[in-house]
Amino acid sequence: MPLAVRLEHVSFAYGHGPLVLRDVDFTVERGEFVAIAGPNGGGKTTLLRLVLGLEQPTSGRVEVQARRLAYLPQRAQSGVDTPLTVEELVAAGRMPRTRLAGPLRSTDHDAVREAIARVGLGASAKRRLSTLSGGQQQRAFIAKALAGNPDLLVLDEPTTGVDAEAQESLAALLEQLHRELDVTVLYVSHEFGAVERFVERIVLVRGAIVFDGPPSDLPGVWHDPSHVHA
Amino acid sequence: MLDLEFMRLAFGAGIIVGLLAPAVGFFLVQRRLSLIGDGIGHVAFAGVALGYLLDLPLVLTALAVSVGGALSIEALRARRTAAGDQALALIFYTGIAGGVVLVSAAGALNVNLFQFLFGSILTVTRNDLMVIAALGVGALALIALLYRALVAVVVDEEGARVAGLPVALLNALTAALAAVTIAVSMRVVGILLIAALMVLPVIAAARIAWSMRSTLLLSMGIGLAAVLIGITTAYYANLPPGGTTVLVAAAAVLVGEPIAALRR
Repeated sequence: MPLAVRLEHVSFAYGHGPLVLRDVDFTVERGEFVAIAGPNGGGKTTLLRLVLGLEQPTSGRVEVQARRLAYLPQRAQSGVDTPLTVEELVAAGRMPRTRLAGPLRSTDHDAVREAIARVGLGASAKRRLSTLSGGQQQRAFIAKALAGNPDLLVLDEPTTGVDAEAQESLAALLEQLHRELDVTVLYVSHEFGAVERFVERIVLVRGAIVFDGPPSDLPGVWHDPSHVHA
Repeated sequence: MLDLEFMRLAFGAGIIVGLLAPAVGFFLVQRRLSLIGDGIGHVAFAGVALGYLLDLPLVLTALAVSVGGALSIEALRARRTAAGDQALALIFYTGIAGGVVLVSAAGALNVNLFQFLFGSILTVTRNDLMVIAALGVGALALIALLYRALVAVVVDEEGARVAGLPVALLNALTAALAAVTIAVSMRVVGILLIAALMVLPVIAAARIAWSMRSTLLLSMGIGLAAVLIGITTAYYANLPPGGTTVLVAAAAVLVGEPIAALRR
């Protein structure tokens, strides 16, 4: 399979601080669904930011073959104080596939509607984001990411702040999207209970990659919900 | 009232500023840069002083210096050379101090300065109105054209950057639009009050709007109404038009509050 992401001997430090990641080698094949887990402060989000080009490695090389990237940041929330509707949020995600200036074309309107319907929010398209539950809001942000037809979908702790039922529901949605769309998924979480049953590969990050393989090979201690990973 | 040419010119300039200031302020408020207008106003003061010193058109020197200041603030913020508020403080105070020194050197530390600090819409000339109209309509057209791209950046700046949008360019454009708005609006509400007309209508609109687009359109409507009511009230009550306009905009925020409370 062709590669979507390749990191070679990557180390990273913020400013003059200590290394957050040390000598990381990491590849992702196109179409893979990779869960990245590890303790808080272990470097998971930094790894994602390097892949996304939001940070540059202190040493080593990052190569991303995917052309269209979409990013759902940690505790995704609209950065605006005004009433933002689901449709407006998702239309913002369509921006990279449209011309920079002028109104949306009808095909783009269709793509926005399709992305909203895909995450099950068709009836809520005109509703304000602030009137939705935490789980529904995360679905809206996933629709925003999908609206640009990404090759690589990067989700950073998408289940933070939502209840257990919504976590299960989001995991099922992601599984379905991965199955139906030709998209590579990087899914970061400090725990991965909801996605573990269908994910093909789990990567544990604690300053370096300490495990990389199928969930069935994962050391038993990481399956224990009482384990604090740190 | 409209029989008087200076009032017709005042309303002409007021209509453009009433629409433009909230339209630009809308994007600043979303990016939590509400006070940047105030800062660029300080820098514009240095531009006015430079105009006095070099005997050049004051609106144009204010425009040039404001755009330079606004882009410097954006560059400092984007490169994280300084925290957002520190970048603003550096540019603000350099601008106002530079302005005082320049205006003193030009021997213009006198009452003429008041028309730029607090507005002097009743002294707008036909030439002023043509400059204000050209810059204002151009800026509004640019906002209409790039609305979706500007919204994509304010909704999620990092996401837009990852998706490949020209975020730095769009942020620089927003800063430049803020500078143009300040230069255009100096004569209407004054350097010290223009930021209020950029921000207060947006705050009022956000309380009653149902979407982002409706927030923008309502804020422009409130800005326009504030200017028209402000100038009219000032004419009949013999009040300063700039201050009266801003007080009307502030009243709109107070009126919007109970409506917002009812919706919660």
